[in-house]
Amino acid sequence: MSRVIYLDNNATTCVAPEVFEAMTPFLTEYYGNPSSMYSFGGHVGKSLAKARSQVASLLNAQDTEIVFTSCGTESDNMAVIGALDANPDKKHIVTTRVEHPAVLSLAKRLEKRGYSVTFLSVDHQGMLDLNELREAITDRTAIVSIMYANNETGTVFPVDEIGRIVKEKGSIFHCDAVQAVGKIPLDMAKSHIDLLSLSGHKLHAPKGVGALYIRRGTRCRPLIIGGHQEKGRRGGTENVASIVGLGRAADLAAEHVELETSVVREMRDALQEKIFRMIPESILNGHPEHRLPNTLNVSFPYIEGEAILLMLDEHGICASSGSACTSGSLEPSHVLRAMGIPFTAAHGSVRLSLSVYNKPDEIELTANALVQIVKRLREISPFSAESEFKPAGSN
Amino acid sequence: MWDYTDKAKEHFLNPRNVGEIEKPDGIGDVGSVACGDALRLTFKLDGDGRIADAKFKTFGCASAIASSSALTEMIKGLTLEEAEKISNQDIARFLGGLPQEKMHCSVMGKEALDAAIAYYRGDKVEESHDDDHGALICSCFGVTEGLIEKVVRENNLKTVDEVTYYCKAGGGCETCHENIEEILEKYKGKKDRTAPAAIKKRAEKKKLTMIEKLSKIQETINTEIKPSLAKDGGDVELIDLDGDKVIVALRGACSSCPSAGFTLRYAVEQKLKEFVSEDLVVEEVKA
Repeated sequence: MSRVIYLDNNATTCVAPEVFEAMTPFLTEYYGNPSSMYSFGGHVGKSLAKARSQVASLLNAQDTEIVFTSCGTESDNMAVIGALDANPDKKHIVTTRVEHPAVLSLAKRLEKRGYSVTFLSVDHQGMLDLNELREAITDRTAIVSIMYANNETGTVFPVDEIGRIVKEKGSIFHCDAVQAVGKIPLDMAKSHIDLLSLSGHKLHAPKGVGALYIRRGTRCRPLIIGGHQEKGRRGGTENVASIVGLGRAADLAAEHVELETSVVREMRDALQEKIFRMIPESILNGHPEHRLPNTLNVSFPYIEGEAILLMLDEHGICASSGSACTSGSLEPSHVLRAMGIPFTAAHGSVRLSLSVYNKPDEIELTANALVQIVKRLREISPFSAESEFKPAGSN
Repeated sequence: MWDYTDKAKEHFLNPRNVGEIEKPDGIGDVGSVACGDALRLTFKLDGDGRIADAKFKTFGCASAIASSSALTEMIKGLTLEEAEKISNQDIARFLGGLPQEKMHCSVMGKEALDAAIAYYRGDKVEESHDDDHGALICSCFGVTEGLIEKVVRENNLKTVDEVTYYCKAGGGCETCHENIEEILEKYKGKKDRTAPAAIKKRAEKKKLTMIEKLSKIQETINTEIKPSLAKDGGDVELIDLDGDKVIVALRGACSSCPSAGFTLRYAVEQKLKEFVSEDLVVEEVKA
């Protein structure tokens, strides 16, 4: 394979060269423990403090409001479990049917342990009904956990309004912003979010590091019990090199966020335009406007996603799909199903997610490859708009 | 990413016999969009009653397309009596094996073949399709008791997960798992009565002497294992027997194949368990 065209940035991203460079000293010469008293460790401690301030600055938050974790999933788990532990009298959780498994599977497990959970539904563009949200929150609601932007479709929820409603009702608002951080500007000073999760490897830092923003005054008990690290909020010796990398990545994200909404959005829109012009019956999954600038989720009815991905792979193009066959489960994506996307379309969905490292010629190549692939697979498929072999269950 | 064999991948990227035969003698439609895969098989017979041409159209993943392509290649030139003996395992074997989770793709091929033959014979599909009757067990994927029993019987399945891999039943809401358990219970210890060739050679319960065991192992390797490995340019040699531990060496293409571990477990060990004794374990001798 001569060239890789990487269009799966919602899954993970490349480590930025600047990030790698910032990290290497902490994997070689500066191996001291940041908690140590000698200056060799103290230097490391200062670098951690700098990283904390870099991440805080990206979110327009206070340094003390940032807790480093091992990943987005840990941040989500800590937020939900920590808030429940801090409010033992309240046994109700509100979330949505389209959350990432880091929240959804946790909520289902908590349900089995005696919590009641309201899973809010979404419409066919993946949007929430805010009246349903308002009605769902009661005096017993310990936490409302709703994502900022959906990882599969890119649909961005109206987080400001959600925050206002949650605050009116006196509950805690946790927002899984793993997909949003770095792609759209965030401002915690103006937000009603109490707890916000982010993940390093989605914004060009390495895998294995994340952070949880905890608004000052929000009660959230630790998930990992141990030493005094992170002011007792998260035990365990800090993953210094990765945290330093996350700090540098936060700086870069602040610089690049403008490119996301200009250059990246233009490439995404060009890809979308070309696909819809060249491939008949393409269907956009997600909200046409309220959507991450880098994400395009499109369905090609009558064909299946895994087959599309393997043929894209032959062209060196990396993408993902909500099809059942790619995951090993037999059912298509829970997000597309919650949106009521017909099975015909859900099985044939492809997600293309860009980054600032993509180039316009890659977009051109990808669009051309997709045109060929969809045509080829539709020739093999027994279904089509005109076909007499009517698909059973094509609801 | 799925671990497809080169042959499966090749059949997916360059499928043989795509299309639909005009005025076919047999048509088999199986699957549905809701299930994520569907296949239309058509064939035409020549004057001698042999399959002169076969074509397919498939909606599904790479292994569904590869299995369909394999099926059409396998049945060409066969009489219907010969074709109907092809099992889903034969289809998977033709492709050098399929990931276990994808075995349902080979089952779909077999289903389409049966349906197309029944169509030719003028049977009403509902009546002839012995797997279409019985109560609906899995409503998520529309799988009946008949089909579950058939895949359990023909593939010697033991667990609910395996049933899901082979026919998808139980892969959705999971509420039918109890019913699948009951079907599995019914077949536990029961031998396959529909495959007389297999039952004759199947492992017998009586205790074998060391000599008997050794000669049965050698016979199974020669007749059951070597031929299927040879298709991919591989070979296996019996080195030693230590109690129930069979020590073998993989030769030819197998010796350098990245999926040799898979071959050892599925192609060699499974066969020896099936034909000689359940207690056998296979180990590869290290060069």
